[in-house]
Amino acid sequence: MTIFRPRINDFVLKIATVNGTGSASANGLLMKALFRMGIPVTGKNLFPSNIQGLPTWYEIRASKDGYNARVERVDVMVAMNAQTYAKDLAEVGHGGFLIYDSTWPRDAQLSRDGVTVLGIPLAKLVNENFEGSRVRTLMKNIAYVGALCALMEIDLDIVKGLLEETFAAKPKLVEPNFKAVKLGYEFARAQFDCPLPVRCEKMDGTTGKILIEGNAAAALGCLYAGATVGAWYPITPSTSLMDAFEGFCRTFRRDPETGENRYCIIQAEDELAAAGMALGAGWAGARSFTPTSGPGISLMSEFIGFGYYTEIPAVFFDIQRVGPSTGMPTRTQQCDLMLAAYASHGDTRHPVLLPADPKECFEMAPVAFDLAERLQTPVFVLSDLDIGMNDWMVDQLTWDENYRPDRGKVLDDAALAEVEKFHRYFDHDGDGIPYRSLPGSDRKGSYFVRGSGHNQFGGYTEDAAEYQQVVDRLKLKWETARSLAPEAIERKARGRTDIGIIAFGSSHGATIEALDRLGEDGIELDYLRLRAFPFGDEVQRFIDSHRIVFVLEQNRDAQMRGLLMLELDADPNKLVSILHYDGLPVPTNSVTEAVAVHLRQEAVA
Amino acid sequence: MSFISKPKIRWEGQPTNALGLTLTDYEGGLSTLCAGCGHDSITAALVRAFWELALQPEQVIKLSGIGCSSKTPAYFLSGAHGFNSVHGRMPSVATGAQAARRDLIAVGISGDGDSLSIGFGQFAHAVRRNLNVLYIIENNGVYGLTKGQFSASADPGSRAKKGFENKNQAIDPVATAITLGGSFAARSFSGDKKQLVPLIKAGLRHPGCAVIDVISPCVTFNDHEGSTKSYAWTRSHLSAAIEADYIESQAEIAVDYAEGEVTDVALHDGATIRLKKVDKEYDTSCRAHALEFLEAARARQEVVTGLLYLNKDLPSFHQIAGTAEQPLTKFAYEDLNPGADALRELQKSLR
Repeated sequence: MTIFRPRINDFVLKIATVNGTGSASANGLLMKALFRMGIPVTGKNLFPSNIQGLPTWYEIRASKDGYNARVERVDVMVAMNAQTYAKDLAEVGHGGFLIYDSTWPRDAQLSRDGVTVLGIPLAKLVNENFEGSRVRTLMKNIAYVGALCALMEIDLDIVKGLLEETFAAKPKLVEPNFKAVKLGYEFARAQFDCPLPVRCEKMDGTTGKILIEGNAAAALGCLYAGATVGAWYPITPSTSLMDAFEGFCRTFRRDPETGENRYCIIQAEDELAAAGMALGAGWAGARSFTPTSGPGISLMSEFIGFGYYTEIPAVFFDIQRVGPSTGMPTRTQQCDLMLAAYASHGDTRHPVLLPADPKECFEMAPVAFDLAERLQTPVFVLSDLDIGMNDWMVDQLTWDENYRPDRGKVLDDAALAEVEKFHRYFDHDGDGIPYRSLPGSDRKGSYFVRGSGHNQFGGYTEDAAEYQQVVDRLKLKWETARSLAPEAIERKARGRTDIGIIAFGSSHGATIEALDRLGEDGIELDYLRLRAFPFGDEVQRFIDSHRIVFVLEQNRDAQMRGLLMLELDADPNKLVSILHYDGLPVPTNSVTEAVAVHLRQEAVA
Repeated sequence: MSFISKPKIRWEGQPTNALGLTLTDYEGGLSTLCAGCGHDSITAALVRAFWELALQPEQVIKLSGIGCSSKTPAYFLSGAHGFNSVHGRMPSVATGAQAARRDLIAVGISGDGDSLSIGFGQFAHAVRRNLNVLYIIENNGVYGLTKGQFSASADPGSRAKKGFENKNQAIDPVATAITLGGSFAARSFSGDKKQLVPLIKAGLRHPGCAVIDVISPCVTFNDHEGSTKSYAWTRSHLSAAIEADYIESQAEIAVDYAEGEVTDVALHDGATIRLKKVDKEYDTSCRAHALEFLEAARARQEVVTGLLYLNKDLPSFHQIAGTAEQPLTKFAYEDLNPGADALRELQKSLR
């Protein structure tokens, strides 16, 4: 065995399996074991749009420095899928290891300079110890966890503890699972020089942290925000958001005595209906939302424009996946930015929130509902598959007990009694936001919602001046939105620099790490992380105060750069795109390389 | 203009209902539909039904899609909140509104284009969810606002005003509602207020989705010879299957019924609907029979009117969802938020 520089708590472990073989629980077990050892981890599930049979990968990055971005380097590959051996072997970095099931030896095929191949007869070990094909398939996964425990010094007691927690309801399953762990563990101990230079060591890097997916966090955010109506149509990768919301509601919103639900979840017939339900509930005074993905937003656009013009609050979670069209449903992109910002025909603009990780999905949910009700308009939360469906390590979520929903300008019966006449679309306060009344309130507050031309009093109109008065007021409301949307956050370089980078959403992790790497090479950049559209003044200032501003985004057509040009007085020549759009989460090295290459070319020119 | 405020004219001795409100109190803006439009008769029937039931206007929400029919919620109950949504999407908005405010009485006004073409899916799913809504389809077989195209309910062989013939099959919303598992399916004729008002009242009291297909001739584009939804054609082919009247449980209204068997059906709120069978064989509780009856009438080119199917025991939208009796918007925020301690507790499993 060649001796390489040790990589302790700083590695990428990738597991290649076949979809539907139950590897998810084994991979989850590994993730949590590292987490419990105090090692910062991130898990990325690279799965096919398929239920059974196609290749699937799980990538665990352990980073003692807390970086959570993808890196295009694999240190240890567990190759459990013969279909992808060649591809998997090619991904292993120099000095890395490949573990495979040597029940069917392939040593000749699996040979590459600089990669150590470790054959473990997992199927044979499992077949000799377990009966039944289903159990054998599952235990084979658990056995590679055991082998990794030996090879990478993952704490066996922690693994056992996790098995006990997992099977708390079925304690009989702990013993056979742990037996499978031991099979792999002991084989590796006996046959190989354990531990490998790529290995774990207990540390204190996860105190106060949790592992959570963005969709579960967003669902919790909706629960805490007081959302009561959720309408949806199943679509990858947003489905788990509503699944999680329903789960939380069963626990926290079901009356213990009567069994009554203090929520209403409606699985709609399509996304058009889901959007209509969300708006219907918002109109009636509930906090309502719909989770979907790009194809759903395409269908919902009709109602989104309606909601904009009739001024009805609702929250639209777009868990972005790869487009165009059906695209790649199980891959990630930031490709719906333009769609969300201007969804629907006519002059329409919508506030868009841009969470960077699951913690922000949780925190931005109440912000989205507050904005929707304050501004009386549909609001987007633009997450993506990477944030929504992957396991992220984030700070423990906290809740401010003083939070109260901002219901915006709603006239109740008492307030209606005070006014001489109720005019739905009249701007009393000069902020472009009118007052609304809710169905069921006093007759004085009744009005007729219509997507057709209306005047400031709520009446139908085809009058040129009356029409324009309302759309101009909506534009004024947009200015108010600029002051209410979450501000962009700036991270200054260590020294003065005239180079900046703008990024948002799931590109944040790669940006942070890339800036550190570039800094080591003497390249300093100020970083502005956008958190919302419309852009606040700080975005204009940032662009103005830098000579070059890189704009990092995960789509082909530089949609954020386009938005910045459309909405701000930004010089297109200084906005330099870094685009990543292959469907995998943006890796750090693609950012460092793009920045370095551009600056080098600029120096030459 | 499709909305002109209508002066409320009151006079001494105007009859009032149990709430002390007059018919005028249940009216809306002035109709801008063509003079003689069947839809205006339906509006008048709605005004009367709401008045007779003595419902508070503000307890009602009125929703619609797009088209001539969908303009009509502006013409009744000006004291109720109204929602003129997008084409074919009234049912989804009604679903969301009902989810939030189950205490409000929802009336959805749609048309044959709105419900049987662009909104066929939403119509179908509102029926199968048994959403608590009175769902009126003002059916004239024609697209009026875009000047006379056939709709999906136009009968094969009927001729458009411009002379061309419809060769596609017609969708019958009543038969459709029954096959979709609907709980209340009726048909009436806009000009037959005596039948329509009681049907509307029964529909408003029905604890589920009450579909009433109202044949409503279009005076401008579909009231000519060759149209099977004209006044003349409909009147001469009308066949009343059943007469229905809604009866207040506390004060029975004297009715003058034709001879025949009478069946009282108790509704969930304690009210009673009285069905008068013209045909002694007719049974509103049998889906197969209703469909057969409709099919036989169609073969005879008869328009069957009346309450054709009723199942008051089908679980409604909220029963299925298990939603709290108290409207969701009435819960205090404190009753919806689990609090900081619960958040800390649940995160233990995420470590």
